[in-house]
Amino acid sequence: MIRLPLVLFFSAVLFSTGVYGVLARRNGVLVLMSIELMLNAVNVNLVAFSQYVRDIGGQVFALFVIAVAAAEVGIGLAIVILIFRNRESINVDEVSLLKW
Amino acid sequence: MVGASEIASAVGPGFLPWTWVIAVLPLASAALILFFGKRTPGKGPVYGIAAVGTGWVLSLVVLWHFVQGGGPLERSVAWFQVGPLHMELGELVDGLTAVMLVVVTSISLAVQVYSLGYMKGDARYTWFYVALSLFTAAMLNVVTANNLFQLLVGWEVMGLCSYLLIGHWWEEKVNSNAAIKAFITTRIGDVPFLFGIFALTFATGFTTSNIRVIAERISSGEVSTMLVAAAALLLFGGTMGKSAQFPLHVWLPDAMQGPTPVSALIHAATMVTAGVYLVGRLFDVFVHANAHVLQYVGVIGGITMLGAALLAFVQDDIKRVLAYSTISQLAYMVAGMSMGPAGRTAGFFHLFTHAFFKALLFLGAGSVIHSAHSNNMSEMGGLRKNMPVTFWTFAIGAAALAGVFPLAGFWSKDELLTVAQENGHPVLFVVLLGTALLTAFYMTRAVWMTFFGEYRGQGHPHESPVSMTGPLVALAAASAGVGFLGAPQLGAVFGKWVFYQEAEKAVFVPWVALASTAAALFGILAGYSLYKRYREPDPLRAYAGAVYGVLENKYYMDDFYMRWIIRPIQYPVAVAVNWSNQRILDGAVNGVAVVTRASAWVVNLFDQRVVDGAVNEAAEITGETGGVLRALQTGNVQWYAALLFIGVVVAAVLITRA
Repeated sequence: MIRLPLVLFFSAVLFSTGVYGVLARRNGVLVLMSIELMLNAVNVNLVAFSQYVRDIGGQVFALFVIAVAAAEVGIGLAIVILIFRNRESINVDEVSLLKW
Repeated sequence: MVGASEIASAVGPGFLPWTWVIAVLPLASAALILFFGKRTPGKGPVYGIAAVGTGWVLSLVVLWHFVQGGGPLERSVAWFQVGPLHMELGELVDGLTAVMLVVVTSISLAVQVYSLGYMKGDARYTWFYVALSLFTAAMLNVVTANNLFQLLVGWEVMGLCSYLLIGHWWEEKVNSNAAIKAFITTRIGDVPFLFGIFALTFATGFTTSNIRVIAERISSGEVSTMLVAAAALLLFGGTMGKSAQFPLHVWLPDAMQGPTPVSALIHAATMVTAGVYLVGRLFDVFVHANAHVLQYVGVIGGITMLGAALLAFVQDDIKRVLAYSTISQLAYMVAGMSMGPAGRTAGFFHLFTHAFFKALLFLGAGSVIHSAHSNNMSEMGGLRKNMPVTFWTFAIGAAALAGVFPLAGFWSKDELLTVAQENGHPVLFVVLLGTALLTAFYMTRAVWMTFFGEYRGQGHPHESPVSMTGPLVALAAASAGVGFLGAPQLGAVFGKWVFYQEAEKAVFVPWVALASTAAALFGILAGYSLYKRYREPDPLRAYAGAVYGVLENKYYMDDFYMRWIIRPIQYPVAVAVNWSNQRILDGAVNGVAVVTRASAWVVNLFDQRVVDGAVNEAAEITGETGGVLRALQTGNVQWYAALLFIGVVVAAVLITRA
């Protein structure tokens, strides 16, 4: 039986890695992948707490998150492909037209 | 009293209770033409003609009630009450009312149809019909009113319409002057009239001005003879103004400056007869006054009829001939009134016949003027060939006016002469007969100068359109026919509709009829022999000598009024009015302007500084804030994500701390 703090620590490391990737990476695909890391960190937390409080609801929520994340990444990749077609690049810092 | 009070009638009342509708119809059409006339095809006359046409049919229905021997009817509703005085709105319908309704609606209908052609293309065509309709409504109100205040309202509205229509072409100073003269001169008669109404209301103890109540009160002898005599004289002042009797007749010839259909309707057939109607309607007042009052009425009538007939001799303007003729014929009716109950019936019969042939003569003159583009008979002549319909109808009208058997004027004049002879008025009899002769003379002169000989004008005369000749033919038929209603041989049915207390027995005196026919024929022959060939100057000038000059100057009455009445009043009044206008009225207006300007300055300041300041300040603050905040919006999604994380962290810290 793995202890809860250990799992939470693992999840925090995973989330921080994701945040770093989202904020620092320029490649759009990697940004999306980092978002996946953050979502999965949340999933680990949900499953861990579900096990800890003996409530199946957390695991159900984790399944929901996986499904929504699949949809999200589908749309995200489509946007990335369209950006690439238009600009021959998927660097997110170059897509900064939406401003005053 | 407040509700309906009906006099028992032999025949059922039928339409009679609704007689007021006849007067309201033209009022409604006046409003319709005023508000919707210009947007209606044909510019509006259709309403006026429809209203008065319906009114004509309804008037005949009312008259039919009396033809069948029906009784009179009076009913009213309460209007308002001042102290003890009950004011009412009501109708008094008897044979006299029915006859007057028929006269007014017939002439108004003929004139409105005629004006379609005569006024075509006039700048104020629609307005003209508004005034005609309003006038018709006012006159119908006068003849149906059951109390004196309601009658006075109609009376004054007629005066207003007369003023408006005489001055219809006000761009010319002569016309607006004539309108003012007519208004003010009749007003001089209206002031005594108003006081006469007060006197009669006083006779009822200030409880009512109901005509029937006043008549009963006076007949019962409860009112002092002095008061009745004073009231009668004051009322007759109104008649002198409205019906143009000496010495207030001076406005009527000038009123000819108005459009000719107006002269026919207002200044020949209807409004000017309102004064005669007034005397007849309030006949009890005159009968029960001192006997000298009726004598005075007769003297005024006699002077007017002879004086005006003589003035018609020297006129060149065809309308002025007819105007003086109208004054003279109105005096006939007034003289009739002065001869007691039988004379009253005869006077009203003359009013009835005169309305048709005088309206016909005016409309005929209008047709001639329309064609010859001049009012002056010296610029006419020979129009018989160019305008056959106008000529024949005008000739019928002139013969009727001259009293040629068997046209309408013969019967009514004969009735007046018979009454004068039978009731012992020898002086009036001679004056009436003499005036008949003069009338025949000046009408012959007018007909010959206008229609015979060679054309002396510049234009190209032509017959008028059907809208004008149609009414002429209809009126000519009436002028020829209506006289038989009073013919003694045919039972004199007119006297069974219009009578005072009880119907008079019609009499026929052969030698009187012969005398009047002889007078008419002599007048016509004299006129023919003088004017069969047109001569310049007028042949009469040589015969009459100095008298001709007096006649040309209208007995110097206008000069007298101008020199001794108008100027002495006008100058001080003008100075006083000018002073009060400059100092008081302008001062007040200028004061208001100064105050307005000052407050406008204050308001402007407040508006510029406070209101606009607040708006501008709000805009500036918004703009500056935007300038600061837009630095945050870089377009870089990672920058946004970073801000989001910082926000989440801050929020998390704050929430967990709280």
